[in-house]
Amino acid sequence: MIYLELFLTFFKIGLFTFGGGYAMLPLIREEVILHGWASSEDLIDFIAVSESTPGPFAVNIATFIGRSTAGIPGAFCATLGVVLPSFIVILIVSKLYDKFMKSKKVQGAMSGVKPAVIGLIAAALISLGKQVFFPDGYYVSTSTLISIIIFIAIAILAFKKKNPILLIAMSAFAGIVAGYAFGL
Amino acid sequence: MRTRELSRLRMRSSKADLFLTFAKIGLFTFGGGYAMLPLIEKEAVDNKKWITESELLDVVAIAESTPGPIAINAATFIGKKVGGFAGAVCATTGVVLPSFVIIVAVSFFLEAFQHLTIIKYAFWGIRAGVLALILKALWSLFQKSSKDILTYLLMAVSGVAVLFFNVNAIIIIAFCAVVGIVAFSVRGNRK
Repeated sequence: MIYLELFLTFFKIGLFTFGGGYAMLPLIREEVILHGWASSEDLIDFIAVSESTPGPFAVNIATFIGRSTAGIPGAFCATLGVVLPSFIVILIVSKLYDKFMKSKKVQGAMSGVKPAVIGLIAAALISLGKQVFFPDGYYVSTSTLISIIIFIAIAILAFKKKNPILLIAMSAFAGIVAGYAFGL
Repeated sequence: MRTRELSRLRMRSSKADLFLTFAKIGLFTFGGGYAMLPLIEKEAVDNKKWITESELLDVVAIAESTPGPIAINAATFIGKKVGGFAGAVCATTGVVLPSFVIIVAVSFFLEAFQHLTIIKYAFWGIRAGVLALILKALWSLFQKSSKDILTYLLMAVSGVAVLFFNVNAIIIIAFCAVVGIVAFSVRGNRK
Protein backbone atom coordinates (compact mmCIF):
# COMPACT_ATOMS: atom_id res chain seq x y z
CA MET A 1 0.00 0.00 0.00
CA ILE A 2 1.45 3.31 -1.14
CA TYR A 3 0.51 5.32 1.99
CA LEU A 4 2.20 2.87 4.33
CA GLU A 5 5.22 2.69 2.03
CA LEU A 6 5.53 6.50 2.02
CA PHE A 7 5.18 6.62 5.79
CA LEU A 8 7.74 3.89 6.45
CA THR A 9 10.26 5.18 3.90
CA PHE A 10 10.18 8.71 5.29
CA PHE A 11 10.24 7.35 8.85
CA LYS A 12 13.49 5.60 7.94
CA ILE A 13 14.85 8.78 6.36
CA GLY A 14 13.91 10.79 9.47
CA LEU A 15 15.45 8.24 11.79
CA PHE A 16 18.83 8.10 10.09
CA THR A 17 19.38 11.75 9.29
CA PHE A 18 21.55 13.62 11.71
CA GLY A 19 22.01 17.37 11.42
CA GLY A 20 18.98 17.96 9.19
CA GLY A 21 19.00 20.00 6.00
CA TYR A 22 21.27 18.75 3.25
CA ALA A 23 22.37 15.85 5.47
CA MET A 24 19.07 14.29 4.38
CA LEU A 25 19.96 14.47 0.73
CA PRO A 26 21.95 11.22 0.30
CA LEU A 27 19.31 9.10 2.00
CA ILE A 28 16.40 10.79 0.25
CA ARG A 29 18.17 10.36 -3.08
CA GLU A 30 18.75 6.66 -2.48
CA GLU A 31 15.22 5.90 -1.29
CA VAL A 32 13.22 8.11 -3.62
CA ILE A 33 15.02 6.99 -6.77
CA LEU A 34 14.92 3.36 -5.63
CA HIS A 35 11.14 3.57 -5.26
CA GLY A 36 10.82 5.38 -8.59
CA TRP A 37 9.02 8.31 -6.93
CA ALA A 38 11.25 10.91 -8.60
CA SER A 39 14.27 11.24 -10.88
CA SER A 40 17.54 12.98 -9.99
CA GLU A 41 16.39 16.06 -11.91
CA ASP A 42 13.06 16.10 -10.05
CA LEU A 43 14.94 15.90 -6.79
CA ILE A 44 17.09 18.92 -7.63
CA ASP A 45 13.95 20.83 -8.62
CA PHE A 46 12.41 19.91 -5.24
CA ILE A 47 15.51 21.26 -3.50
CA ALA A 48 15.11 24.58 -5.30
CA VAL A 49 11.43 24.75 -4.35
CA SER A 50 12.26 23.86 -0.78
CA GLU A 51 14.93 26.56 -0.54
CA SER A 52 12.46 29.14 -1.79
CA THR A 53 9.60 28.23 0.55
CA PRO A 54 9.47 28.48 4.34
CA GLY A 55 9.99 25.59 6.72
CA PRO A 56 12.50 22.82 7.27
CA PHE A 57 13.91 21.09 4.20
CA ALA A 58 12.95 17.61 5.42
CA VAL A 59 9.28 18.53 5.84
CA ASN A 60 9.15 20.31 2.49
CA ILE A 61 10.64 17.44 0.56
CA ALA A 62 8.50 14.81 2.31
CA THR A 63 5.35 16.81 1.60
CA PHE A 64 6.35 17.39 -2.02
CA ILE A 65 7.20 13.78 -2.82
CA GLY A 66 4.20 12.46 -0.87
CA ARG A 67 1.88 14.82 -2.76
CA SER A 68 3.26 14.04 -6.21
CA THR A 69 3.19 10.29 -5.53
CA ALA A 70 -0.17 9.84 -3.78
CA GLY A 71 -2.00 13.15 -3.44
CA ILE A 72 -2.72 15.00 -0.21
CA PRO A 73 -3.10 11.84 1.91
CA GLY A 74 0.30 10.78 0.56
CA ALA A 75 1.76 14.15 1.57
CA PHE A 76 0.33 13.68 5.06
CA CYS A 77 1.77 10.16 5.46
CA ALA A 78 5.25 11.11 4.22
CA THR A 79 5.38 14.23 6.42
CA LEU A 80 4.16 12.36 9.50
CA GLY A 81 6.79 9.71 8.81
CA VAL A 82 9.70 12.14 8.55
CA VAL A 83 8.66 14.08 11.69
CA LEU A 84 7.82 11.19 14.00
CA PRO A 85 11.34 9.83 14.71
CA SER A 86 12.71 13.17 15.96
CA PHE A 87 9.49 13.78 17.91
CA ILE A 88 9.79 10.45 19.74
CA VAL A 89 13.53 10.70 20.32
CA ILE A 90 13.25 14.23 21.77
CA LEU A 91 10.43 13.18 24.11
CA ILE A 92 12.69 10.43 25.44
CA VAL A 93 15.87 12.50 25.57
CA SER A 94 14.29 15.62 27.14
CA LYS A 95 13.89 13.74 30.43
CA LEU A 96 17.50 12.67 30.77
CA TYR A 97 19.33 15.14 28.64
CA ASP A 98 22.25 15.80 30.95
CA LYS A 99 23.03 12.11 30.96
CA PHE A 100 22.51 11.91 27.22
CA MET A 101 24.81 14.80 26.38
CA LYS A 102 27.58 13.58 28.71
CA SER A 103 27.38 9.99 27.52
CA LYS A 104 30.68 8.86 25.99
CA LYS A 105 28.79 6.61 23.58
CA VAL A 106 26.72 9.49 22.21
CA GLN A 107 29.78 11.72 21.86
CA GLY A 108 31.75 8.94 20.22
CA ALA A 109 28.95 8.00 17.83
CA MET A 110 28.52 11.63 16.78
CA SER A 111 32.26 11.98 16.16
CA GLY A 112 31.83 9.19 13.60
CA VAL A 113 28.46 10.20 12.15
CA LYS A 114 29.44 13.81 11.35
CA PRO A 115 32.27 12.95 8.93
CA ALA A 116 30.09 10.19 7.41
CA VAL A 117 27.40 12.76 6.63
CA ILE A 118 29.96 15.04 4.96
CA GLY A 119 31.27 12.17 2.82
CA LEU A 120 27.71 11.21 1.86
CA ILE A 121 26.74 14.75 0.86
CA ALA A 122 29.92 15.03 -1.22
CA ALA A 123 29.03 11.78 -2.99
CA ALA A 124 25.46 12.96 -3.60
CA LEU A 125 26.77 16.24 -5.00
CA ILE A 126 29.05 14.40 -7.43
CA SER A 127 26.32 12.11 -8.74
CA LEU A 128 23.83 14.98 -9.05
CA GLY A 129 26.50 17.01 -10.85
CA LYS A 130 27.05 14.20 -13.31
CA GLN A 131 23.32 14.19 -14.05
CA VAL A 132 23.02 17.98 -14.42
CA PHE A 133 26.17 18.70 -16.42
CA PHE A 134 26.37 15.51 -18.50
CA PRO A 135 22.81 14.18 -18.92
CA ASP A 136 23.62 12.32 -22.15
CA GLY A 137 27.08 10.95 -21.44
CA TYR A 138 30.47 12.59 -21.34
CA TYR A 139 30.60 15.00 -24.19
CA VAL A 140 30.66 18.76 -23.80
CA SER A 141 27.63 20.38 -25.39
CA THR A 142 26.61 24.04 -25.30
CA SER A 143 24.17 23.24 -22.51
CA THR A 144 26.98 21.62 -20.48
CA LEU A 145 29.14 24.72 -20.84
CA ILE A 146 26.36 27.11 -19.85
CA SER A 147 25.38 24.93 -16.87
CA ILE A 148 28.96 24.99 -15.65
CA ILE A 149 29.18 28.77 -16.07
CA ILE A 150 25.94 29.26 -14.08
CA PHE A 151 27.25 26.83 -11.44
CA ILE A 152 30.55 28.71 -11.02
CA ALA A 153 28.91 32.15 -10.95
CA ILE A 154 26.33 31.11 -8.35
CA ALA A 155 28.99 29.29 -6.30
CA ILE A 156 31.07 32.47 -6.09
CA LEU A 157 28.02 34.44 -4.93
CA ALA A 158 27.03 31.68 -2.49
CA PHE A 159 30.46 31.79 -0.89
CA LYS A 160 29.99 35.55 -0.53
CA LYS A 161 26.94 34.64 1.60
CA LYS A 162 24.31 36.06 -0.73
CA ASN A 163 20.70 35.11 0.04
CA PRO A 164 19.91 31.62 -1.38
CA ILE A 165 16.47 32.67 -2.61
CA LEU A 166 18.04 35.49 -4.60
CA LEU A 167 20.59 33.05 -6.04
CA ILE A 168 17.84 30.64 -7.13
CA ALA A 169 15.99 33.50 -8.79
CA MET A 170 19.20 34.51 -10.57
CA SER A 171 19.90 31.00 -11.83
CA ALA A 172 16.29 30.70 -13.06
CA PHE A 173 16.73 33.97 -14.95
CA ALA A 174 20.06 32.82 -16.41
CA GLY A 175 18.44 29.55 -17.47
CA ILE A 176 15.59 31.35 -19.25
CA VAL A 177 17.91 33.80 -21.04
CA ALA A 178 20.39 31.11 -22.11
CA GLY A 179 17.62 28.71 -23.04
CA TYR A 180 15.97 31.12 -25.49
CA ALA A 181 19.26 32.63 -26.72
CA PHE A 182 20.76 29.28 -27.68
CA GLY A 183 17.50 27.46 -28.44
CA LEU A 184 18.42 24.59 -26.11
CA MET B 1 -12.21 25.23 42.54
CA ARG B 2 -11.77 28.57 40.95
CA THR B 3 -7.96 28.38 40.85
CA ARG B 4 -8.12 24.92 39.35
CA GLU B 5 -10.36 26.15 36.59
CA LEU B 6 -8.06 29.08 36.02
CA SER B 7 -5.00 26.88 35.77
CA ARG B 8 -6.80 24.55 33.40
CA LEU B 9 -7.72 27.54 31.28
CA ARG B 10 -4.11 28.68 31.33
CA MET B 11 -2.90 25.24 30.26
CA ARG B 12 -5.29 25.29 27.34
CA SER B 13 -4.26 28.76 26.25
CA SER B 14 -0.57 27.85 26.56
CA LYS B 15 -1.17 25.05 24.05
CA ALA B 16 -2.85 27.37 21.58
CA ASP B 17 0.01 29.77 22.17
CA LEU B 18 2.59 27.05 21.47
CA PHE B 19 0.81 26.12 18.26
CA LEU B 20 0.51 29.71 17.01
CA THR B 21 4.05 30.74 17.97
CA PHE B 22 5.62 27.76 16.25
CA ALA B 23 3.36 28.21 13.22
CA LYS B 24 4.77 31.73 12.98
CA ILE B 25 8.33 30.39 13.29
CA GLY B 26 7.62 27.77 10.60
CA LEU B 27 6.06 30.36 8.30
CA PHE B 28 8.86 32.89 8.43
CA THR B 29 11.95 30.71 8.20
CA PHE B 30 13.40 30.02 4.81
CA GLY B 31 16.06 27.40 4.36
CA GLY B 32 15.28 25.69 7.67
CA GLY B 33 17.86 24.49 10.15
CA TYR B 34 20.02 27.12 11.74
CA ALA B 35 18.14 29.89 9.97
CA MET B 36 15.35 29.19 12.47
CA LEU B 37 17.41 29.77 15.59
CA PRO B 38 17.26 33.57 15.76
CA LEU B 39 13.47 33.47 15.45
CA ILE B 40 13.11 30.72 18.06
CA GLU B 41 15.37 32.73 20.33
CA LYS B 42 13.27 35.87 19.94
CA GLU B 43 9.93 34.12 20.44
CA ALA B 44 10.62 31.34 22.93
CA VAL B 45 13.38 32.98 24.99
CA ASP B 46 12.76 36.75 24.85
CA ASN B 47 9.00 37.08 24.31
CA LYS B 48 7.39 34.04 25.94
CA LYS B 49 10.20 33.10 28.33
CA TRP B 50 9.45 29.41 27.77
CA ILE B 51 13.13 28.49 27.98
CA THR B 52 16.36 30.26 28.94
CA GLU B 53 19.21 31.16 26.62
CA SER B 54 21.35 28.31 27.95
CA GLU B 55 18.50 25.83 27.54
CA LEU B 56 18.25 26.88 23.90
CA LEU B 57 21.94 26.05 23.47
CA ASP B 58 21.21 22.64 25.02
CA VAL B 59 18.39 22.16 22.51
CA VAL B 60 20.82 22.90 19.67
CA ALA B 61 23.37 20.44 21.07
CA ILE B 62 20.70 17.77 21.46
CA ALA B 63 19.34 18.46 17.98
CA GLU B 64 22.81 17.90 16.55
CA SER B 65 23.11 14.52 18.25
CA THR B 66 19.62 13.22 17.51
CA PRO B 67 18.02 12.41 14.19
CA GLY B 68 15.73 14.79 12.37
CA PRO B 69 15.55 18.45 11.48
CA ILE B 70 16.55 20.96 14.13
CA ALA B 71 13.24 22.84 13.84
CA ILE B 72 11.25 19.72 14.78
CA ASN B 73 13.65 18.87 17.60
CA ALA B 74 13.41 22.38 19.08
CA ALA B 75 9.61 22.56 18.76
CA THR B 76 9.12 19.17 20.41
CA PHE B 77 11.56 19.99 23.22
CA ILE B 78 10.07 23.39 24.06
CA GLY B 79 6.48 22.15 23.66
CA LYS B 80 7.14 19.24 26.03
CA LYS B 81 8.68 21.54 28.62
CA VAL B 82 5.83 24.07 28.54
CA GLY B 83 2.80 21.83 28.06
CA GLY B 84 3.79 18.17 28.43
CA PHE B 85 3.00 15.66 25.69
CA ALA B 86 0.06 17.68 24.34
CA GLY B 87 2.28 20.76 24.28
CA ALA B 88 4.88 18.85 22.26
CA VAL B 89 2.20 17.81 19.77
CA CYS B 90 0.90 21.41 19.44
CA ALA B 91 4.33 22.98 18.95
CA THR B 92 5.49 20.33 16.45
CA THR B 93 2.25 20.49 14.46
CA GLY B 94 2.56 24.26 14.45
CA VAL B 95 6.07 24.31 13.03
CA VAL B 96 5.21 21.75 10.32
CA LEU B 97 1.80 23.01 9.17
CA PRO B 98 2.81 26.17 7.24
CA SER B 99 5.33 24.39 5.03
CA PHE B 100 2.92 21.49 4.53
CA VAL B 101 0.17 23.78 3.25
CA ILE B 102 2.52 25.89 1.13
CA ILE B 103 4.26 22.91 -0.47
CA VAL B 104 0.97 21.21 -1.33
CA ALA B 105 -0.14 24.43 -3.04
CA VAL B 106 3.21 24.84 -4.85
CA SER B 107 3.17 21.24 -6.08
CA PHE B 108 -0.23 21.74 -7.75
CA PHE B 109 1.03 24.97 -9.28
CA LEU B 110 4.18 23.32 -10.64
CA GLU B 111 2.22 20.43 -12.09
CA ALA B 112 0.07 22.87 -14.01
CA PHE B 113 2.96 24.90 -15.43
CA GLN B 114 5.95 22.59 -15.70
CA HIS B 115 5.35 21.75 -19.36
CA LEU B 116 5.84 25.40 -20.39
CA THR B 117 9.14 26.07 -22.14
CA ILE B 118 9.96 29.08 -19.97
CA ILE B 119 9.49 27.03 -16.77
CA LYS B 120 11.64 24.24 -18.21
CA TYR B 121 14.44 26.70 -18.96
CA ALA B 122 14.10 28.26 -15.50
CA PHE B 123 14.50 24.89 -13.80
CA TRP B 124 17.37 23.99 -16.06
CA GLY B 125 19.21 27.07 -14.79
CA ILE B 126 18.08 26.47 -11.22
CA ARG B 127 19.59 22.97 -11.18
CA ALA B 128 23.10 24.34 -11.72
CA GLY B 129 22.45 27.00 -9.07
CA VAL B 130 21.22 24.48 -6.52
CA LEU B 131 24.39 22.41 -6.98
CA ALA B 132 26.34 25.55 -6.07
CA LEU B 133 24.22 25.99 -2.92
CA ILE B 134 24.88 22.38 -1.91
CA LEU B 135 28.61 22.91 -2.48
CA LYS B 136 28.49 25.94 -0.17
CA ALA B 137 26.61 23.97 2.53
CA LEU B 138 29.09 21.13 2.21
CA TRP B 139 32.01 23.54 2.64
CA SER B 140 30.46 25.07 5.80
CA LEU B 141 29.97 21.61 7.31
CA PHE B 142 33.53 20.66 6.41
CA GLN B 143 34.93 23.77 8.07
CA LYS B 144 32.99 23.04 11.27
CA SER B 145 34.19 19.43 11.50
CA SER B 146 37.11 18.42 13.69
CA LYS B 147 40.51 18.36 12.05
CA ASP B 148 42.01 14.95 12.67
CA ILE B 149 43.03 11.99 10.56
CA LEU B 150 40.15 9.74 11.64
CA THR B 151 37.59 12.38 10.63
CA TYR B 152 39.14 12.80 7.18
CA LEU B 153 39.41 9.03 6.79
CA LEU B 154 35.73 8.48 7.63
CA MET B 155 34.71 11.22 5.17
CA ALA B 156 36.73 9.60 2.38
CA VAL B 157 35.55 6.06 3.18
CA SER B 158 31.88 7.13 3.27
CA GLY B 159 32.11 9.04 0.00
CA VAL B 160 33.95 6.29 -1.85
CA ALA B 161 31.71 3.53 -0.46
CA VAL B 162 28.51 5.15 -1.71
CA LEU B 163 29.94 6.50 -4.97
CA PHE B 164 31.87 3.48 -6.24
CA PHE B 165 30.44 0.53 -4.33
CA ASN B 166 26.80 1.60 -3.94
CA VAL B 167 26.80 0.89 -0.21
CA ASN B 168 23.56 1.86 1.54
CA ALA B 169 23.79 5.22 3.36
CA ILE B 170 22.27 3.80 6.57
CA ILE B 171 24.94 1.10 6.73
CA ILE B 172 27.67 3.72 6.29
CA ILE B 173 26.21 5.93 9.05
CA ALA B 174 25.88 2.98 11.44
CA PHE B 175 29.41 1.79 10.64
CA CYS B 176 30.94 5.24 11.22
CA ALA B 177 29.00 5.60 14.49
CA VAL B 178 30.54 2.34 15.74
CA VAL B 179 34.03 3.41 14.63
CA GLY B 180 33.47 6.70 16.46
CA ILE B 181 32.42 4.97 19.69
CA VAL B 182 35.44 2.64 19.60
CA ALA B 183 37.88 5.45 18.78
CA PHE B 184 36.40 7.66 21.49
CA SER B 185 36.76 5.00 24.20
CA VAL B 186 40.29 4.08 23.09
CA ARG B 187 41.32 7.72 23.17
CA GLY B 188 39.64 8.20 26.57
CA ASN B 189 41.45 5.21 28.08
CA ARG B 190 44.81 6.38 26.84
CA LYS B 191 44.47 9.68 28.71
